[in-house]
Amino acid sequence: MGVEGIGAKVLRKEDRRFITGMGRYTDDMSVPGMKYAAFVRSPHAHAKITSIDASAARDMPGVIDFLDGQQLKADGIGNIICGWQVNSKDGSPMKMGAYPALADGVVRYVGQPIGIVVADTRNQARDAADAVMIEYEELPVVVKGPDALKDGAPQLHPEAENNLCFDWEIGDEGATAKAFENPAKVIRLDILNNRLSPNPIEPRAALGHYNPAEDHYTCYTTSQNPHVARLVMSAFYNVAPEHKLRVIAPDVGGGFGAKIYIYPEEIVCLWASRRTLVPVKWTSDRTEAFLTDAHGRDHVSKVEMALDENHRITGLRVETIANLGAYMSLFSSATPTYLYATLLSGQYNIPAIYANVKAVYTNTAPVDAYRGAGRPEATYLIERTMETAARELGISPAEFRRINFIRSFPHQTPVIMNYDTGDFEACMEAGMRMADVAGFEERRTEAKSRGKLRGLGMSCYIEACGIAPSKAVGSLGAGVGLWESAEIRVNPVGTIEVLTGSHSHGQGHETTFAQVVSQRFGVPVENVQIVHGDTDKVQFGMGTYGSRSGAVGCSAIVKALDKVEAKAKKIGAHLLEADEGDIVIENGEVKVAGTDKKLAWHEVCLGAYTGHNLPDGMEPGLKEGAFYDPQNFTFPAGCYICEVEVDPDTGVTKIVQFIAADDFGNVINPMIVEGQVHGGLAQGIGQALLEGVNYDESGQLVTASYMDYAMPRAWDLPMFKVETLVTPCTTNPLGLKGCGEAGAIGAPPAVINAITDAIGNNDLTMPATPEKVWNAINAVA
Amino acid sequence: MYETTYRRPTSIDEAVKLLRESDGEGKLMSGGMTLIPTMKARLAMPSALIDLRHIEDLKGISFENGRLRIGGGTTHAETKASETVRQNAPTFSYLAGLIGDPAVRHMGTVGGAVANHDPAADYPAALLAMGATIHTNTREIAADDFFTGMFETALEENEIVTAVSFEPPQAAGWEKFRNPASRYAMAGVFVAKRADGTVGVGVTGAGNNGVFRWTAAEEALSSSFDASALDGLSISPDDMMGDMHGSAGYRANLVKVVTKRAVNAAKG
Ligand SMILES: Cc1cc2nc3c(=O)[nH]c(=O)nc-3n(C[C@H](O)[C@H](O)[C@H](O)COP(=O)(O)OP(=O)(O)OC[C@H]3O[C@@H](n4cnc5c(N)ncnc54)[C@H](O)[C@@H]3O)c2cc1C
Repeated sequence: MGVEGIGAKVLRKEDRRFITGMGRYTDDMSVPGMKYAAFVRSPHAHAKITSIDASAARDMPGVIDFLDGQQLKADGIGNIICGWQVNSKDGSPMKMGAYPALADGVVRYVGQPIGIVVADTRNQARDAADAVMIEYEELPVVVKGPDALKDGAPQLHPEAENNLCFDWEIGDEGATAKAFENPAKVIRLDILNNRLSPNPIEPRAALGHYNPAEDHYTCYTTSQNPHVARLVMSAFYNVAPEHKLRVIAPDVGGGFGAKIYIYPEEIVCLWASRRTLVPVKWTSDRTEAFLTDAHGRDHVSKVEMALDENHRITGLRVETIANLGAYMSLFSSATPTYLYATLLSGQYNIPAIYANVKAVYTNTAPVDAYRGAGRPEATYLIERTMETAARELGISPAEFRRINFIRSFPHQTPVIMNYDTGDFEACMEAGMRMADVAGFEERRTEAKSRGKLRGLGMSCYIEACGIAPSKAVGSLGAGVGLWESAEIRVNPVGTIEVLTGSHSHGQGHETTFAQVVSQRFGVPVENVQIVHGDTDKVQFGMGTYGSRSGAVGCSAIVKALDKVEAKAKKIGAHLLEADEGDIVIENGEVKVAGTDKKLAWHEVCLGAYTGHNLPDGMEPGLKEGAFYDPQNFTFPAGCYICEVEVDPDTGVTKIVQFIAADDFGNVINPMIVEGQVHGGLAQGIGQALLEGVNYDESGQLVTASYMDYAMPRAWDLPMFKVETLVTPCTTNPLGLKGCGEAGAIGAPPAVINAITDAIGNNDLTMPATPEKVWNAINAVA
Repeated sequence: MYETTYRRPTSIDEAVKLLRESDGEGKLMSGGMTLIPTMKARLAMPSALIDLRHIEDLKGISFENGRLRIGGGTTHAETKASETVRQNAPTFSYLAGLIGDPAVRHMGTVGGAVANHDPAADYPAALLAMGATIHTNTREIAADDFFTGMFETALEENEIVTAVSFEPPQAAGWEKFRNPASRYAMAGVFVAKRADGTVGVGVTGAGNNGVFRWTAAEEALSSSFDASALDGLSISPDDMMGDMHGSAGYRANLVKVVTKRAVNAAKG
């Protein structure tokens, strides 16, 4: 590796502007004549709107207009859709409840937008929004997934009988049932995966700007995938034709999945701009974020694992109820199905798996992918079951996993996924060495002498990144392909612009992508500029989620670099009067191998643009594009080991050690990868110990601010010890697997396994708050 | 936030005058750490904001005639850092240093904190335990008479907290069990062995009617200043607050555990 190439710990280029407060986010954007929006939102979780009277609001100072759902409908703005078609096991398509961007007669969750006020100032808009008089007829409310399926439950959508969106299955039910016919042992567990709020530091925002002179729209928005936003807003929501709509996602301050989706607010701001002929900006406040950003997780599951007399897993049966919230968000159907149940084999050789997932509507905010998206739910379920099984069998959790690890690759699981490579035992051994598992019992005894309960918990996760082969996801119901695009523009002076369809909102692409280019031609990273997030500048691309920017986004860059390199070599060979096959490009030079004949990189680039001396018939210029469609998912895997001390007097859990041994395949920038692991672990530990969205029975959000929603802070976390192991991915050119979500996926079961080990009670749900842990201790005392 | 008029008096009299003129619609603002977030959430709409931060008479920390006096406008950070407080009442300094976060400590004031009487605020527990006095522009009020209920105090309209004062205890301990979300106290206990040898126990964050004195514990500790003196005691969940972060029963347990720890801290 060079000092700035693949494998180097290059400092993040983007951090200078972020750390010095010079980032430019959507709320920083301003256009002449811009006005401000406030949304009128439902205070009820379920109600009929019987009347809307905005006359007082319209008369207030500074108010330009109030618009509601009837006008939206009259203008032909389409309903919000889910872009992934999932069918029930009986073959019937999922039942999508109509979701207008402004409510049409019925509201189904607190915070649902009903109307928009546009005014001269933010405060005037808020004041007027408060003055819109709405009469409601309240309807009964259901907030918990399992309750939604009960007889007599309040019904949300006429389209979805019994609140059931789909009743989906995967795996071989018959073969799995057979495994349970005569097992040596069956492990049974109820698993709750708590609902989370994503909490990016930058709240969502949108600036819609209609230009009547050109009949053209511009939307600045906090998006992880501006091209998808443009496509969906034009093709499905009829906001504007695609060629008349420019979507710009400038600096975005974290997404975690919540900024994948196209929300009512950006659609309504664009439409309102055309209606009012002024640019309209809206910025969410933190309460709106808690109420309306798509939540994550919220599964209630039952798991059964069958074992033979040699402690081998022979079958796994899972039943899950997934709470979708009041409406389907963009990928809400895929998250609890293809991103979840396809990972239920974990790292283990399980011959038969069957899973049934019922997705249900409730009077809560929509639920969709959040860092990990389905894989944390699968990992939590499997890894808690593994640990429980080992305890019930009376063997060590490591030994039980060893018996069941998959050891030869490629490995076809019974639930679609085909793992290309991995070395699960190597990760576990590394983790156990780092965690000094051998010395644990001594530490437990020492803690006991101080009155503390010490426990050790393990989690051997596997996940799927780099979503995904377009043909495969198409056959599974995806409405889009999941390739990625790149364009490499070499300038006449040899500096390089990379236009990527990936979008960076914390991942460090401006550095890592530049390193890939630097590696190829030996140019310094500061001579490489990464351009992303603007549909007018960048070719169509699919955006960033599911840790796909390395595995898919970088692969597209590599493909485009191949083409640039080939052309540069042709030009170099021509100028140096050498054979094309003898040309090498390295350290910023184009050389004839084995000779001292060479040109500087920029001389070749300039040659491409002057066109004075190019091979006959060659087009001038040095710019190439590529689309890369992955052949498979990639499969990062690893072993996390958590050690805790619980205070039996208060139930407080202190994490005294946390070990991560991850196999991400090859690594472009180890420092950035470590940062991604740290962030993911913080969120995973947050889920395990602190975070939980809480609605009361009337559907009011109790956790609507940081006074009640507990975010992890530095003092909740130990110093992480992390290592990476490498089995290169076999299906993409750089051998990358992805690292963006692993921490959030793998951490929760390690933490809960450690606490349940410490307290001797396996009956514990997340978040494991001090009170819950204290109760669990007393229940077995 | 609703629109308001910002006023900047430089004397207590001027502040009272401005407050009177606002016909009950104006609000005093000290550090703004409670008031401004409330206004941002549109839960308060004062017609005028009367900023107390530029009144010299509200500032300053002194030790005279055996009493420590802290001006109402003193920030938590100033209280924490003050050499006078550290020498005479180190536990009070320690308490101030654990309030909120650095930004809150550099803005929030003792006057604002006691006037607000948040049921989980830290100072009130200490002031009760030490038998402190709250000084206002019109009178002196014993802490026992000042904190009358959740978010309620003995303050009358147009009355301004100018200082708090107390006789430093012989020994004191402060233990704070934090709410995992807000990091306010879910049970915060200040134990003070007063100059006269009796013990005060002030509890915040846990009671269902704001800060309170745990008198049974005070009696037990007055006869034996040791954590074991509390062994036989318990506190009724009926008097505790219960919410999603902790039931009344859990808080009752916490109060006892935390009080013991505060005693141990006081004994060093
Ligand atoms: C993030 C955060 C965390 C916090 N954590 C803690 C914590 O752990 N423990 C804790 O105890 N507190 C905590 N606080 C509260 C903090 O200590 C505040 O500073 C305090 O509650 C109010 O003081 P203030 O000076 O900011 O008052 P302001 O917000 O200015 O005023 C509060 C109220 O008191 C009135 N008032 C102000 N000054 C006077 C006066 N001199 N006389 C009469 N009335 C007056 C105002 O009119 C207003 O009604 C926290 C606050 C925040 C924002």
